[in-house]
Amino acid sequence: MTAITALLGSSRPNRWGPLGTTAAIVILAAVALSVLGPALSSADPNASDFASAYAAPGAGHPLGYDGQGRDLLARLLTGSRTSLLGPLWVVALSMAAGTIIAIAAAWVGGWLDSVVSAALDVVFAFPGVLLAMLVAAVFGPGLSAAVLALSVAYVPYIARLLRSAALAERRKAYVQALEVQGLGAVAICLRHLVPNLIPLIAAQATLFFGYAMVDLAIVSYFGLGVQPPDADWGVMVAGGQSGVLQGYPAESLLAGGCIVVLVVAFNVLGERLSDGSGQGGTFGPSRWWRPRRGGAA
Amino acid sequence: MNDLLRISGLTVRLPLDGEMRTVLSDVSLSIAAGEAVGLVGESGSGKSMTARSIVRLLPPGALVEGTIRYRGNDVPSLRGQRLRDLRSSVSMVFQDPRAHINPVRTVGDFLTEALRVNQRVARREAEGRAVRVLDEVGVADGPRRLRQYPHELSGGLLQRVMIAAALLTEPHLLLADEPTTALDVTTQAEVMAILDELRRERGLAMLFITHDLELAAAVCDRTAVMYAGRVMEIRASALLHDHALHPYTAALAAARPSLERRAERLVTTPGRPLSAFEAPDGCPFSTRCPHVRQRCHDERPDLRPLDGGQVACVRAEELAVSHD
Ligand SMILES: Nc1ncnc2c1ncn2[C@@H]1O[C@H](COP(=O)(O)OP(=O)(O)OP(=O)(O)O)[C@@H](O)[C@H]1O
Ligand code: SF4
Ligand SMILES: [Mg+2]
Repeated sequence: MTAITALLGSSRPNRWGPLGTTAAIVILAAVALSVLGPALSSADPNASDFASAYAAPGAGHPLGYDGQGRDLLARLLTGSRTSLLGPLWVVALSMAAGTIIAIAAAWVGGWLDSVVSAALDVVFAFPGVLLAMLVAAVFGPGLSAAVLALSVAYVPYIARLLRSAALAERRKAYVQALEVQGLGAVAICLRHLVPNLIPLIAAQATLFFGYAMVDLAIVSYFGLGVQPPDADWGVMVAGGQSGVLQGYPAESLLAGGCIVVLVVAFNVLGERLSDGSGQGGTFGPSRWWRPRRGGAA
Repeated sequence: MNDLLRISGLTVRLPLDGEMRTVLSDVSLSIAAGEAVGLVGESGSGKSMTARSIVRLLPPGALVEGTIRYRGNDVPSLRGQRLRDLRSSVSMVFQDPRAHINPVRTVGDFLTEALRVNQRVARREAEGRAVRVLDEVGVADGPRRLRQYPHELSGGLLQRVMIAAALLTEPHLLLADEPTTALDVTTQAEVMAILDELRRERGLAMLFITHDLELAAAVCDRTAVMYAGRVMEIRASALLHDHALHPYTAALAAARPSLERRAERLVTTPGRPLSAFEAPDGCPFSTRCPHVRQRCHDERPDLRPLDGGQVACVRAEELAVSHD
């Protein structure tokens, strides 16, 4: 525990507040539900029974049926897996690449730093969703193409923020003392720089999880991500549209609601974490639900 | 001569606000194995830069001229493993231990890391050695200290930890950059005594940086006096205080009140210290020197042998004669 106290600064109390705690609980609950998924609903998410199309909730089917007579609860639960795993991959890939690029640029400096900054500016120009759709259009639709494209699109945001933080860390006296002890660059980066940037990395990962969730849902909504009949919240929002017109909005509303609740939770938690990471402000693409805050680090 | 370290004609320029500024100019200094050399001078005179040049810890963009030879190796051209080897053989103790230790790692991590990573010593063995060295620097209760974090230790204790870390890699040369300045007076004396004793026991050479001429005299064989990025005088420490050859050394000695010489003899040098890039042509000290003559402005006095030491003042002989 002392390590955590030292990492967060011993004098700084935990400022998550009730909102942050709620967000953390929502996220944990969603993860638990998606892991337990099949155990909670006996129905087969892909078995359709046209006789029960749009049927109201009943015994064993607490949320009722969609337009193709599939159990909504089962589909929401199964869909939660793709809807959480997709962003998880995006975050893992873009964080890993962003961290490596940022630390290499900050440590080596000079020409490498200039080249990296220029390359990041080029990728910056592409909005993630457009890039993902472009990739899907060229290589065929599917979750992995969308995940890869989004990961690439997110790297500049992550690398930029981490680069300036890594640069500040690299200039600290303790890093120089380690150099004088004869430690190599790789050892210092792996054993000190990365661990000391973990609070910031965690905060960014949480924020970008929310972005990735929305972006992947949008891609799936347009039919370029997860392919029906596989369950996914984005696919379900799209699939439920005809039901909305016929007066059965449950599928779209439930799937859309899940997305909104989780994205808000990830944003709240990400903000709390980044406030506690010692970096003023956060840095990411502005979104309609969260206008860009001034004073990025 | 059989020098461990030999610096000659070292000139360092650093980028500052878009231009290159000279911070060290023609510094020459050598340290023999086991010898303690003091480096004294006012703030900004280039003492830290001299020490940092030895372990190649200069700010990015620094331009280095002249030669630095450590055990025959040309330091400015060392790369990779050979540079890490040099750094393992030269330890540094910094003025502010708190800033120079990763705050989120334990004291044990800090002490054993170089051994474990560079010399592949097993953790248990490295910790055993750390506890022994902690004991030597006067930190009892080593095993508990190893598990503590830097913020749990006082400044004096942390500086002992820093000294222990510097000794653990069994270096041949210790660079101590004002190791006691940040500590309170009683702790200063204790830490200084430990440093001095352990250095002598181990036959370690040391470059000892301080503002204090008398402290340097107490622990160093020879002392170099720096002003504006240049060496003004190098002599046996015992002679510097009362038999200074350079007017700047004399001013430094006089500025410090001592027991036998009372307040009426306390002469402060008027004017503020200059950095190397501000120094005038001719003698850099000429703007503050009470003995200045036209000659002092005409040529820059080189460091030359005199009276068993070296001095960079054109009037050194006449002034020394008039002293007696
Ligand atoms: N990072 C830097 N970039 C540019 N100039 C610097 C930098 N660090 C120090 N200097 C300049 O180099 C000169 C020598 O500084 P140095 O730190 O060696 O002085 P010092 O003798 O150790 O002084 P002090 O007693 O205050 O520690 C000073 O003029 C200082 O302003
Ligand atoms: S050279 Fe002249 S100005 Fe410089 S220290 Fe000697 S007497 Fe003073
Ligand atoms: Mg200094």
